[in-house]
Amino acid sequence: MYVAVKGGEAAINNAHRLLADRRRGDRSLPSVTIEQIVEQLGLAVDRVMAEASLYDRALAALAIRQSRGDMIEAIFLLRAYRTTLPRFGSSVPVDTAAMKVERRISATYKDLPGGQLLGPTFDYTHRLLDPSLLTDEPVDEPERRDTPQEHVMRVSDILAHEGLIEDDGEFSEDHQAGDLTREPLEFPMSRDLRLQALARGDEGFLLALGYSTQRGYGRNHPFVGEVRIGEVEVEIEVAELGFAVSLGRIRITECQMVNQFKGSSKAPPQFTRGYGLVFGQSERKAMSMSLVDRALRAEELGEDITAPAQDEEFVISHSDNVQATGFVEHLKLPHYVDFQAELALVRRMRADIEASRNGGKDMREAAE
Amino acid sequence: MDLAKQIEPNAEIAARRRAAGLLARATTDELHAAWDKLPAKPEVKPVRGPETGLVMVRGRIGGGGAPFNLGEATVTRATVLLVSGTAGHAQALGTAKANVRLAAIFDALWQEDGTRDFVEATLLGPIEARVAAEDKQKAEETAATRVDFFTMVRGDD
Repeated sequence: MYVAVKGGEAAINNAHRLLADRRRGDRSLPSVTIEQIVEQLGLAVDRVMAEASLYDRALAALAIRQSRGDMIEAIFLLRAYRTTLPRFGSSVPVDTAAMKVERRISATYKDLPGGQLLGPTFDYTHRLLDPSLLTDEPVDEPERRDTPQEHVMRVSDILAHEGLIEDDGEFSEDHQAGDLTREPLEFPMSRDLRLQALARGDEGFLLALGYSTQRGYGRNHPFVGEVRIGEVEVEIEVAELGFAVSLGRIRITECQMVNQFKGSSKAPPQFTRGYGLVFGQSERKAMSMSLVDRALRAEELGEDITAPAQDEEFVISHSDNVQATGFVEHLKLPHYVDFQAELALVRRMRADIEASRNGGKDMREAAE
Repeated sequence: MDLAKQIEPNAEIAARRRAAGLLARATTDELHAAWDKLPAKPEVKPVRGPETGLVMVRGRIGGGGAPFNLGEATVTRATVLLVSGTAGHAQALGTAKANVRLAAIFDALWQEDGTRDFVEATLLGPIEARVAAEDKQKAEETAATRVDFFTMVRGDD
């Protein structure tokens, strides 16, 4: 018989109070501010914005503080918050060619218009812990240099001039960009929807899948055509005005992956492409995204689907860490009744086996 | 057709776009400083907001291809009406409602002949200068990290 039980209210209240205490930590230390998190843990803020699929640095910092630095919890908080807001509309597509570039590198061309701009990178650091950061020592102002009046040209445009690379990726005129926050996921899906899912996908998951393609599970021979990080203008059409106005700028990371080529009887050999675009500064995520985007184009490009990274349903269904954590973590919630049922079943099965064994023995004894 | 009449609306739209873009970048301090300097504070009726919502930021596949939905951003907008009948709109990324309300008032004042110069001189001009200075500094800091390749010349040529 199932008897409904209640309880735990006081325990839950006290647990949350204890959580608030542990979140605050040692009271003799100053509390960390939202501005400090935005300024000094900026890449954590960027990751939360990217995977929550909501660009707002102050709210992402608040979520990080509230979650004690648990990134997936912070992403969950921000996702939950976004559901409380109405949507005013969609932006004009951002123009990454007009980006205010803060970092731009290419692994395919040494000398290219705009140059190799390293920006604030961890690359070429020695990965040695820096004892000077144990204390609050003054930090030098950055070096400056006159800027050449040179457009930081997109690498894909350089290759496109020679016709050696496929186009950016077009759909027919009447194609409406899908929105997975409005429609349920259906497979197979178009590339625009896949990119939306990947842009909010878990960095670790996409990194592992991208890595798997490099190790031979759906190899597609990638080169980083370009990674660029910087600010782009976000514009929206205002109905009252009848034209688009700027809302301000956001920082994004773009990766153009240039991949193995293939020709056919109709088309000459051409490089193919994978694309990554992510909120904030996160080239690891943008690169992983472009590797996985390219892998998921296997069917479109007539390649054999043999590896996990090429399996659209597998990748997209498991890329969202809020969904994943919800289903994994629900296992810790009370399953008392389910388990009692299973326990009773196992006991009965064992009793049956025991009985049949004893029955056999009895019969043998009888025969002897 | 009169060419001037064709050009004029475009110039007016470009001017309004510039003003709206600068107002979206205004800081709390800049807005308050301009408000404090305003000789006659206008009587303002709220029409809509200030209210916070979302804008779906779109990208393009491959950078220049078909649009796709990248993710949302918070945005706050407001519409106000001056007693004179001029409506002001403002919208900016983020959740700063008080700022956006003030920006909408300045948008209305900017449209009126009597106050446009004031708004230009005390608010839009300083914002434009600040943004340009910030951009220049960032660009120069980035330029300092540009790689200058050089070729090692062998001695036995």
